[in-house]
Amino acid sequence: MTLAAGAPSNKAFRPAKLRKGNSVKRRQARWAYVFLSPAILLFLLTVIYPMLRSLQYSFFKWPLGNAKKTFLGFDNYKKLLFDDDLFHTSVKNTLHFTILTVIPTIAIALGLALLLNSKRLRGRGVFRTIYFIPVVTSLVAVSFVWRWLLEPTFGLVNTALGWIGIDGPGWLADPSWALQGVMGMTIWRDVGYYMVIFLAGLQTIPKEIHEAASIDGANAWQRFRRVTFPLLNPSIVLAAIIGVIYGLQLFTQVYVMTGTPSKLPGGPLNSTTSVVLFIVQQAFRPLEMGYSSAAAILLFFLIMIVTLVQLKVVQRKFEY
Amino acid sequence: MTLPMPFKGHLFKRRASSTLRYIVLTAGAIIMLAPLLWMLFAGFKTLPEILTVPPTILPKGWAFDNFISVLRDTPFVRYFFNSVIVAAVTVGSVLITSSMAGYAFAKFNFPGKNVLFVLVLATLMIPFQVRVIPLYVLASDLNLLDSYAGLVLPGLVDAFGIFLMRQFMQSIPSDLIDAARVDGASEPRIFLKIVLPLAKPALSALAIFTLVASWESFLWPLLVVSSPDKFTLPLGLAQFAGRYLTRVDLQMAASTLTILPLLIVFLLMQRRFIEGMATSGMK
Repeated sequence: MTLAAGAPSNKAFRPAKLRKGNSVKRRQARWAYVFLSPAILLFLLTVIYPMLRSLQYSFFKWPLGNAKKTFLGFDNYKKLLFDDDLFHTSVKNTLHFTILTVIPTIAIALGLALLLNSKRLRGRGVFRTIYFIPVVTSLVAVSFVWRWLLEPTFGLVNTALGWIGIDGPGWLADPSWALQGVMGMTIWRDVGYYMVIFLAGLQTIPKEIHEAASIDGANAWQRFRRVTFPLLNPSIVLAAIIGVIYGLQLFTQVYVMTGTPSKLPGGPLNSTTSVVLFIVQQAFRPLEMGYSSAAAILLFFLIMIVTLVQLKVVQRKFEY
Repeated sequence: MTLPMPFKGHLFKRRASSTLRYIVLTAGAIIMLAPLLWMLFAGFKTLPEILTVPPTILPKGWAFDNFISVLRDTPFVRYFFNSVIVAAVTVGSVLITSSMAGYAFAKFNFPGKNVLFVLVLATLMIPFQVRVIPLYVLASDLNLLDSYAGLVLPGLVDAFGIFLMRQFMQSIPSDLIDAARVDGASEPRIFLKIVLPLAKPALSALAIFTLVASWESFLWPLLVVSSPDKFTLPLGLAQFAGRYLTRVDLQMAASTLTILPLLIVFLLMQRRFIEGMATSGMK
């Protein structure tokens, strides 16, 4: 393309050049497909095909194995949306979990990043490492740890609450506190990850802007509100989008923290059942893959809609 | 002493705010470390010692009995190597497929480029859980249930990896590649000798991100593997803890053993890790 933009004196050679250009282009395209092929083939096998199968199953009564499949149309969806109380509970729990985990996590992570974002601060690297450690711990392992930390009588959390005179709740044993316990654990584990994203974002804000604002008489809060926050907005929105996508996929914590070999996870009284837990349990217990797939497709739409709404909000915010 | 008053006040305020900053950060650091230290100490305690009210912090003695029981009773070392195998294959495959595809999207023009790229981006939004059941059926149809091949199947390719590599490779000057072509270098050679070395920072970020995700993976191994000699660490831990439901001491020793390998890797290469994970947030 840059060759074609050459001087007019090249005009005479153009036809030959074009032909040559075309064969180069074809050769290039062939190589592009060669480079793409491993990724595309694996994509077709492990992403596109399963996704389409999910869609297909969702319109059938489709037990796992070779038993007879019956076409149901939208019946699975209708039942999920209008009749299945457990599904409604799982959606409610998942949304509750997502909103009340993502907002505090981002707020705390932002606060920590602002506190750490000073070259003068001694021990900055040590703090950053400590806050990041939970991110690289095994989620299954720390779920077991928190199960015991949240134990009502000898658990560390209620003991610590006792020191400041608070009589801690029954946490995972109490239907109105179990999900809060799962949320607390998740906030603890994720805060460092978002903090690191915000620290990276803060480092892109030029010092001069802050100095200029100080000279103009802006106090710390005004500098945060009018300078840091708007400039950090892309990082915050990205963190929110990632957080929501992960939050809506809640599974491991609930599975480990609330289940035992004799007791299904999701309790007490379904107060911690999440959508993914519902999907997995439907698919493998009553052998209702079709029904489970319909729930999975609904989860996909939920995630897509929430993400698109968030992106829409960003675009509006960017206009000023 | 001879400083004008307002300036003195400013200095005092700055010192006070810096002390406050340390207090908040230290309190936060204690909260972050307490659960893990509790886990570590509980691994050294006896069961009655853990269950005393009010709880003790440090163990009375540093006996390794719990850790030894875990290692004797359960093939934890086997789980560890299974996790290593799965992580190695997953990271290798993701690096190869992502760098090749990212290169094609960044530096080549070909029919269908935009459609394919949008397709890749769209799959970023398909959560794993939506395709997990058909994937299970697929693994079963291909006779991959309860095998290493089945364990790695869903992680072999990653849309985010392709996206990351494409973004990074766009910053590699095309002139460099064209010059090598003029010199007669073959396309695979250009890719291996020029593009890949320049893409090292992105490759290392992607490797770390993929390693953490693979090490964490729980839902898929839980479904696809049933015999203990194929268990990965998280699965082995869950199974072990389920068997010793009331033995906090053993559970915490096993949890410590599960957390330790990746934690050590992290502490050895912190900067890489943190930068790599921060890059992953920039999608």
